[in-house]
Amino acid sequence: MSAAESTAGAEARTARLERLRLLARSPTVVAGALIVLFWTVCALVPGLVAPHDPIFDNQFETNSRPTWEHPFGTDTNGRDILSRVLAGSRNVLTIAPAATLLGTVLGTLMGLVTGYFRGLVDDVAGRAIDAVMSLPLIVTAILIVTAIGTSGTWVVVVIIGLIFSPVVSRTVRAAVLAETELDYVQAARLRGERAPYIMFAEILPNVMSPVVVEFTVRLGYAIFTVASLTFIGFGVAPPSPDWAAQINQYYTFVDPYWWMTLFPALAIASLVVAVNLVADGIREAYER
Amino acid sequence: MTAPVLDVANLEVAYRVRGVDRPVLRGVSMTVDRGESYGLVGESGCGKSTAALAVVRYLPRNGKVQGGSVAVAGRDVLALRGRELRGYQARTVSMVYQNPGTALNPALRVGSQVVEALTVLGAARGEARERAHEALARVQIADPAMVMHRYPHQLSGGMQQRVVIAMALAKDPALLILDEPTTGLDATVEAEVLDLVVHLQRELHTAVVFISHNLGVIARMCDRVGVLYAGRLVEEGPVEAVLHEPRHPYTVGLLRCIPRGGVRKDHGRLDTIPGFLPSLGARLDGCVFSDRCALADDRCRSEEPPLETVGPGHDARCFHHRRALELPRAEAEDLGRATVDRSGTPLVRFDGLGKVFRQHGHDVPALVEVAGAIWPGETLGLVGESGSGKTTLARALLGIVHPTAGRVELEGRVLAPRFQKRTRDELRALQIVFQNPDSALNRRHSVRRILLRALARLGEVSGDDAERRAAELAERVRLSERTLTQKPVQLSGGLKQRVAIARAFAGEPKLVVCDEPTSALDVSVQAAILNLLVELQAERGVSYLFISHDLGVVRYISDRIAVLYLGRLLELGLADRVFDGPHHPYTEALLSAVPTIDGGGRDRIRLAGDVPSASSPPSGCVFHTRCPRTLGRVCEESEPPLREVATGHLMRCHIPLEELRASQAQPAATPPAS
Repeated sequence: MSAAESTAGAEARTARLERLRLLARSPTVVAGALIVLFWTVCALVPGLVAPHDPIFDNQFETNSRPTWEHPFGTDTNGRDILSRVLAGSRNVLTIAPAATLLGTVLGTLMGLVTGYFRGLVDDVAGRAIDAVMSLPLIVTAILIVTAIGTSGTWVVVVIIGLIFSPVVSRTVRAAVLAETELDYVQAARLRGERAPYIMFAEILPNVMSPVVVEFTVRLGYAIFTVASLTFIGFGVAPPSPDWAAQINQYYTFVDPYWWMTLFPALAIASLVVAVNLVADGIREAYER
Repeated sequence: MTAPVLDVANLEVAYRVRGVDRPVLRGVSMTVDRGESYGLVGESGCGKSTAALAVVRYLPRNGKVQGGSVAVAGRDVLALRGRELRGYQARTVSMVYQNPGTALNPALRVGSQVVEALTVLGAARGEARERAHEALARVQIADPAMVMHRYPHQLSGGMQQRVVIAMALAKDPALLILDEPTTGLDATVEAEVLDLVVHLQRELHTAVVFISHNLGVIARMCDRVGVLYAGRLVEEGPVEAVLHEPRHPYTVGLLRCIPRGGVRKDHGRLDTIPGFLPSLGARLDGCVFSDRCALADDRCRSEEPPLETVGPGHDARCFHHRRALELPRAEAEDLGRATVDRSGTPLVRFDGLGKVFRQHGHDVPALVEVAGAIWPGETLGLVGESGSGKTTLARALLGIVHPTAGRVELEGRVLAPRFQKRTRDELRALQIVFQNPDSALNRRHSVRRILLRALARLGEVSGDDAERRAAELAERVRLSERTLTQKPVQLSGGLKQRVAIARAFAGEPKLVVCDEPTSALDVSVQAAILNLLVELQAERGVSYLFISHDLGVVRYISDRIAVLYLGRLLELGLADRVFDGPHHPYTEALLSAVPTIDGGGRDRIRLAGDVPSASSPPSGCVFHTRCPRTLGRVCEESEPPLREVATGHLMRCHIPLEELRASQAQPAATPPAS
């Protein structure tokens, strides 16, 4: 075997490594990843870093401004806000990834089917998707939750997943359309392959890049959506230290107790920004 | 003697890939005089385009000139910076690229783009419009005002390339570089563009560097030629000398790969060049070609041969240049051939096939009453310009395109028009090898997986049997065992095409449609793939429907040829008959458009204008608008029938065969103005 071919092999293998190296070399991606990692650790083992018990009421130190003892201050029940912020990521970091995963899987399926079959299937599904996408996300979510009467964690996951799937399906469909133009799809048809095999075994592996990109981008939106829904009272309830629940509880006292709202808000912002930094990096690495 | 316009000396260029400088040009020297046309040939990856980019100072960011000098019109090009460099690029050199579609801005009218090119040079707005008009007239555009008002996508490929050439010449450059300017164009259009370049060069005395992989084009266009291999100029000299008395084994090998001078598969195998081009930036001791050269000895492998003068103005970089023509063949000459028996039932017969596409509310007929047959073990070649219906016909047989009229029979039984309705046996019988293996192979699947799946579906074998069959199949198309575990991206173009061929043969097909299977490949690889196809045919008695725009290739591989024009069959007959004539005036024009290495011989006929629109085809004989031998009214008013002019030779022309025979022996009249 010649030298030309072995280098071609080596180059293909390094393509994947190259992408990883590109990610690792970008300071924004690394910073984003570290922040996400930090919040994930906090969600898994909140006691590890929190200086106080997040739900312990201390009647003697209510409404304390930030001090050395309580760097983020305390709330109306005298609970340490730093500890509550550190413990508050669990809810968001459960619901958002689960919802995003659900939305991505559903969306990918829809994208494969509409992109592969086109024609009537695509037209009908396309208009339905248009209709869903035209609905304001939060309002729809409230409507559904009200209609079914419960707002447990998994209800929120399913709602967000369903609402996200049309957006994902649009992106995947576009990629599938481009793939079906390629001759390998025609070759598969000419050897009598059935549609499911062509969609899942032939086309799906080739559209994984947009799927991965779409997942990370959607994750950022999902975090924000989860926080918004929790803020208006769906999902978890006090005394859970959830960020959005905290904001909901104290935003009416922003003046003078600004610290009670500011720090949880910053926490949400930091997670959303961090996820988007990673998402941007991944998109660049995949779309090069 | 005046100084040359282009003077490149010991140019060394490297590309920086993952932190390592990989040399691409290794000390290239050449000169081009005013009014001279210099051809640069070689296979892909040998550095042709890099040389051009270095000269116009347009190397990609990771490309670096590491040594040597480039002077254009006496100026040291490599020392130019900033404003001077822009001035040089704007006024002194011009470059025309392969794809005119991407060289023009799709959002702007042609006129404003030409005007912009002129205002950059300092022309006032009003004056620029006038000069744009002149520039377009100079490239023989019949109606410049109308063309200026159009957008690029409204022009044909040949017309676009004329516009690009007009812009390149507007500044009256000292040096014009053409990088594969006609590669994507039909032979008839290519001929027109080449004629134009020759004409303009005579008029303007520009120095021209012409880059092409097509030796026929080089033979037609150039005074001198340089042969590049792995970034080294291995041979240089007058075109005649280099192409007819090559003195470097690489040039000899390259010339032997090309099917020409009427060679046919039954005369023997095409020769190939063994091995592969060294990988980018590989360290090479001794002669760059020694790895693949049958004449190489120890000296060649350790010591780099100097460029030696072997004739007047003719240099070769080889110790054995005297013996170059004695280079042993890489391929044995003999080739077993199955003879074609046309007495029984044809394998495939198609009758009255028609296909009408609907586009923007218009009916566009792509095939009109095409009939023919393919017998077991024979190759039917399909030729015609783009839009002639070659691919539609092939796809109608496969059932990918659903014909609107007519029927297809396989061994006497009528086939369902759509492949979805065909039985597994029928699917297995008709397979295809596509033009572009990158698109035809799933880039996420290993070669093993590709072959196993084809075997499971078409060969109906699985498990250990399938593994064994896959290995056999791979071996049959000369893929090494290691290839099986690799993915397409890890393979070269030729190897990928072998995988695609192996896949098509997984189920013992009876007819394989080959849709330009070698046009994306270099000539040495093309020769190997053609040999493989011919071997498989001799071994298994498979038939081919072979589509190619390269008439040399079609003639080599085909037993019979069908000539299509605007979806109509104009001629069908044995390959030698169709090529040697007397033939249809359209066939005559197609053949005469092809630039050949051997040149001369045939009188050149040029087709005027573009192929008419298929949605409103000309009345009478569809070819009458461009026919150099039209009889006038009869051709304009009545469509000639497809007559059998000799046994098995069909032709659709009003001119009697004897008249064609007589007139084709003499030069043709000039074509009528369109």
